[in-house]
Amino acid sequence: MKFIDEFRDQALVQNLARRLKALAKGPATVMEVCGTHTMAAARFGLKSLLPPGVTLISGPGCPVCVTDQSDLDAFLALGTEPGVVLVSFGDMLRVPGTHTSLEGLRAQGAEVRVVYSPLDAVELARATPEKHLVFFGVGFETTMPATALAIQTAAALGLDNFSVCCVHKTMPAALKALLSSGEVRVSGLLCPGHVTTIIGTRAFDFIPAEFGLPCAVTGFEPVDMLLGIESILRQMKEGKATVDNVYTRAVSVPANPQARELLAAVFAPDDAFWRGLGVIPGSGVRIRESYARFDARARFPQVWERLTPPPPSPCRCGEVLRGVMRPMDCPLFAGKCSPAQPLGPCMVSTEGACAAAYRYER
Amino acid sequence: MKRILLSHGAGGREMAALIDEVFLARYGDPNRVGDDSATVLVGSHRLAFTTDSFVVDPLFFPGGDIGRLAVAGTVNDLLTAAARPLVLSASFILEEGLEISVLQTISESMREAAAEAGVAIVTGDTKVVPRGAADKVFITTAGVGLVLRPGVSGAAARPGDEIILTGTVGDHGTAVLLAREKLLDGEAIRSDAAPLTGLVLNLLEEGCQIHAMRDPTRGGIASALNEIARQSQVAMEIIEARVPVAPAVAAACEALGLDVFQVANEGKMLIIVAPEDASKALFIIRRSPYGEAARVIGRVSAAPPGRVTVKTVIGTTRLLDPPSGDLLPRIC
Ligand code: SF4
Repeated sequence: MKFIDEFRDQALVQNLARRLKALAKGPATVMEVCGTHTMAAARFGLKSLLPPGVTLISGPGCPVCVTDQSDLDAFLALGTEPGVVLVSFGDMLRVPGTHTSLEGLRAQGAEVRVVYSPLDAVELARATPEKHLVFFGVGFETTMPATALAIQTAAALGLDNFSVCCVHKTMPAALKALLSSGEVRVSGLLCPGHVTTIIGTRAFDFIPAEFGLPCAVTGFEPVDMLLGIESILRQMKEGKATVDNVYTRAVSVPANPQARELLAAVFAPDDAFWRGLGVIPGSGVRIRESYARFDARARFPQVWERLTPPPPSPCRCGEVLRGVMRPMDCPLFAGKCSPAQPLGPCMVSTEGACAAAYRYER
Repeated sequence: MKRILLSHGAGGREMAALIDEVFLARYGDPNRVGDDSATVLVGSHRLAFTTDSFVVDPLFFPGGDIGRLAVAGTVNDLLTAAARPLVLSASFILEEGLEISVLQTISESMREAAAEAGVAIVTGDTKVVPRGAADKVFITTAGVGLVLRPGVSGAAARPGDEIILTGTVGDHGTAVLLAREKLLDGEAIRSDAAPLTGLVLNLLEEGCQIHAMRDPTRGGIASALNEIARQSQVAMEIIEARVPVAPAVAAACEALGLDVFQVANEGKMLIIVAPEDASKALFIIRRSPYGEAARVIGRVSAAPPGRVTVKTVIGTTRLLDPPSGDLLPRIC
């Protein structure tokens, strides 16, 4: 804990806040790309430390939130197939699909298991050969290697009763689509340190190169995040735009080669559906042919054939995820929509912008 | 709300709504204050009465087991009403096939906990259901206590009062979760399950002006403080840096993405005390083996009513919201 405590030091934080005030020249909008940043900012009340005019907005970095309604509906539909057990991270349990949620499905009698790692799902599959376990592969570059490893492990064990409903997404392509749309005006981006430990900082080079926007790769402690914001403000002041790595304690500039190899062996790039952003070419992955046995889509094609497109929902998570609307500006926020009765994923996930605002900032 | 969801049992908003809409709409005292124990006047004596069910999984975990929990939980609920716990009942729902030695171990642990708490287990019931109709052992305990100081209630906190926490938070919930998910080896984190009879009775006997007490079980201190703030229509601020958290618990919560303020405790008390008695109370609490790490963690103020905030370790202020849709079932 010593390690973390140093990054939560009050004197250091207040000192950094003063430095930000001295640096800030006029308004700036910094987008925190990652949901973990959203939560940390809210939990530590970071926004109150920023100079006037400097705002922090959330981006598309909450994996549960950007999972498209149609993908969630497909996973829920898998749960009604005979002998199928749905396996998911806990964060997904209460997200409303079109007809129900995983929690609701479980109350109706479906088998739904919560795990902390996809390898636990493989273990469940090994222990219950009479069932078919489908893991919901949600998340960015940080969770992808674990899913890939689970698939390889299942293959090595010769399991035939394990598959993955793969809706993993890759961050850079989504950011490119978001920034190209021109819909959201940002002055700089805080990039997630843990994603970068897998893909390397170079993956974000296109942001300064193509959009002229400064980036800072940073961790999730208050000091990390303030250092990141400081870097962005400094780059703005100096008229520079680079990817500045202020998270050097964990990220080496090149990508983690083992993780990349693992990903390349199991996944191939594909288009992906994003809630609020639509289809983004090349922003997702599919399971390679050689592992098709572990692809739920290939195992249960009938489920996808039966699916109907979700009806429009009053929830405005899409706008929140694009950074064009703050949670409290959603007319349903804290009224019709609350963590007890969430209307959208942003109010459910611990990394969701609406949940963070509800829990810590009302 | 058509079917019961696990979140209806998590001690958060969903459970409160369920209780209101299903139970209180049909029975119960419309003027109830919402404390953990009810109190009833019998002749010239005021009695505290409470009940609690235990479904923890696994049955045995570092620092305790379901038996110790079943005694400590009900005893501590009686104590929150400033009552001396007198007698308990213990009812068992057993699954066919359970080893009797398991039940013997649990009963032995209940005997020890009851002796420590100064209560007698005087009545009970035993039911056996077919395999699969329950999971191993469920226990329900009920308890009666003699109220020593009327008026101690979650609705009695006053602006200016100090908030004392009797020790570290998060131990029980983290210990059970880690044991269940087999996430950590060894016994680095132990449940704090304990009856707090000695600690609380000392305070009452030495005349400290206690206004409210609550044991922060499900939903942790976040739920407990919000309940008191709402019942008493006061605001509260706690200082994050003063809330004791064992380093291993803090690290585990960090890794599991849990907010330690929302994690269950089973051997802690939040004590709201008049400011002039705060240091005396702290001194008395620290004499108890379960109160050595007690701290004043915050203060009650007048407005805005019902709002609980945290001064964070970095000096900013944020809301302390009760948890919702908790995903850790069967912690107690
Ligand atoms: S407040 Fe609720 S309805 Fe509005 S965007 Fe957020 S999750 Fe959707």
